[in-house]
Amino acid sequence: MNKTLATMALGALMAAGPALADLVIPDLSYRTGPFAAGGIPFSDGYNDYFTMLNERDGGIGGVPIRMVECETGYTTEKGVECYEATKNEGSLVYQPLSTGITYQLIPKVSADGIPLHTMGYGRTSAANGEIFEWVFNYPANYWNGASGAINHLLEENSGDISGKKVALVYHNSAYGKEPIRTLEELSKKHGYELALLPVDSPGQEQKSQWLQIRRDRPDYVILWGWGVMNQVAIQEAANIRFPMENMIGIWWSGAEPDVIPSGEASNGYKALAFTATGDDFPVFDDIKKYVHDAGKAAGAGDKVGTVQYNRAVYAAMLASEAIRTAQEIHGVADITPAMMRDGMEALNISEDRMAELGMSGFGPTFEVSCQNHGGPGLVGVTQWDAAAQKWNVISDFKPTDGDVINALITEDSGAYAAENNLSPRCN
Amino acid sequence: MPEQLVFAMEVILNGLMAGVLYALVALGFVLIYKASGIFNYAQGVMALFAAMTLVGIMNGQVPFAHLINATFGTHIHYFGWNVPALLAILLTMGVMVLLAWAVQRFVMRHLVGQEPIILFMATIGLAYFLEGVADLMWGSEIKTLDVGLPQGINLWIDESTFNIFGYGFFIDNLDIVATIIAALLVAGLVAFSQYTKQGRAMRAVADDHQAALSVGISLNFIWIMVWSVAGFVALVAGIMWGTKSGVQFSLSLIALKALPVLMLGGFTSIPGAIVGGLIIGVGEKLFEFAIGPMVGGATENWFAYVLALIFLVFRPQGLFGEKIIERV
Repeated sequence: MNKTLATMALGALMAAGPALADLVIPDLSYRTGPFAAGGIPFSDGYNDYFTMLNERDGGIGGVPIRMVECETGYTTEKGVECYEATKNEGSLVYQPLSTGITYQLIPKVSADGIPLHTMGYGRTSAANGEIFEWVFNYPANYWNGASGAINHLLEENSGDISGKKVALVYHNSAYGKEPIRTLEELSKKHGYELALLPVDSPGQEQKSQWLQIRRDRPDYVILWGWGVMNQVAIQEAANIRFPMENMIGIWWSGAEPDVIPSGEASNGYKALAFTATGDDFPVFDDIKKYVHDAGKAAGAGDKVGTVQYNRAVYAAMLASEAIRTAQEIHGVADITPAMMRDGMEALNISEDRMAELGMSGFGPTFEVSCQNHGGPGLVGVTQWDAAAQKWNVISDFKPTDGDVINALITEDSGAYAAENNLSPRCN
Repeated sequence: MPEQLVFAMEVILNGLMAGVLYALVALGFVLIYKASGIFNYAQGVMALFAAMTLVGIMNGQVPFAHLINATFGTHIHYFGWNVPALLAILLTMGVMVLLAWAVQRFVMRHLVGQEPIILFMATIGLAYFLEGVADLMWGSEIKTLDVGLPQGINLWIDESTFNIFGYGFFIDNLDIVATIIAALLVAGLVAFSQYTKQGRAMRAVADDHQAALSVGISLNFIWIMVWSVAGFVALVAGIMWGTKSGVQFSLSLIALKALPVLMLGGFTSIPGAIVGGLIIGVGEKLFEFAIGPMVGGATENWFAYVLALIFLVFRPQGLFGEKIIERV
């Protein structure tokens, strides 16, 4: 009896206890399903960067990184299942790449004490670290995106877009609806007329929306789509001969798979960005040498330099720098999720550090604090060159409308705090 | 003429064109249901599989390249040649015939005599299996499909309507091509079923399996033939939809657009699929145009089902479906 109990106890200990001396990074990927075209390069880049650190540096601070990939198919239920299945592995930070999954995970990570990084997506008001202790969305959020698009239109019109018609073609989901409030507030400020055109998921059929655009003749279209919705929208815009240079997409509507199916017709289409394009950065030399050439790539190794791959490399770099910061703060190499949160709140991405990492100019430099989990909200603009098959940066990372955005963040996070009976922290 | 009326006419025309595309998908369902009583849940995935296979063949892509490379440590992805569109379509048709044979040989043959719900569940399994195989064979990246079909605004219609109404209608050239192809397809299917030996055998099987067997018709052959024809229809639908949006996983979801068409037109009628598609196409587009702005838009997906349900209340078998009378 005693022997049986002892065996069971040992078995339970082995099963329940996380492997020691591993920095566990879960990857809630979607390599299958309707959104795989975006999910695959992101997951490849996220994995490849950590693999490069393992191969080149032996991990971070001497501790190897262990990636735990779980397929969500971009469905919220599977995303939550993946979280539940991996959280006890000692997971340090989640990057689910889905606003739907993010909304479901916010209460869970808050209860479990595990950081959630939703880079450029998720719940925008999570930028308020006083309310959202475990959620981070640096370096930019949806409302920065909305403001960045309007700023670009202001630049194009010598600072005056009053009387202009701007149509928002958006994915009819929590993700697609995120910019509406911001765009409405900005329309009051700048005097443009905003038209809202929702598209039901997945967005394969958009004839009605584009016929309306053809009838109403807006001056600009802001595209807020994901997956097939992007390709169809750009093709339909080309079909009705809407000027591509007057169409600007959020960063999730501005990757190669979105424009390539339309061929030449997509030339001139613009998209917002918070990471650089192309593969002309020293970090890719190391990824090639230690990962791809060594046969350790997460995918086929053919996505380097593409928008989503680069974005994922940037996300992985931010996570690894937060781990490094946490190790320095706490003086231990094998950190816990709570220590990771401290590292993320003390994160300092400086020009010098970016240069050391071989990523100078790859993304905005910024500092995170207990109060500000959202970063600086700097947004750039890229434009598709169909002949060269590449995105060109036409506007550097620039500030967005902090007055409007911060007021909205305070309002929304305040409502969340009231609903959940939370008191502000960081005092 | 009032401006709104002119706009409504443009919407109706575009609704008719969209309806043809929905009908193309619905046709595949009807063919298999009519001949075997199986509601083929995998029809949408067959369109995806066919389109992916077509692009893969055209681009000279090595099937299962990732699997081969991972197993043998090779780095092969392409054969290094391109196949002309017409030849690639014929080769894809060959693949769809092989698929039809495999479905019949390994799935349906073992389920003869089972309840319809069992057969339906089998096609759900088939759909997920095919999704996986398609990804494994050709990869899950979005692929550009260009078989030479024209796209973009039809300038003649634009100018003609502008001269008449003072507003040029938008009609996509691709939709016009789809309409012509759908008409040819339906004419071809009707001619096949009326005037060929195999077509008559197919109708005999659809009417009564037992009676067809008793006069020496091979059920096995007929079902392979029906699945092959459904595969051909899936290929046509895949080409049309794939040209619009690129060939990607979402193509499999076009089946959702066919369901209200089937509910409305009936599961057993080829003309029903066409008429149902047109009614759904026009209905959803007009509703979005007239009522959509008042209720926040994005009404098309759900309104198509509401429209189908309204028809169901009055004609449960659909507009052209066969009335089922069971006596106790």
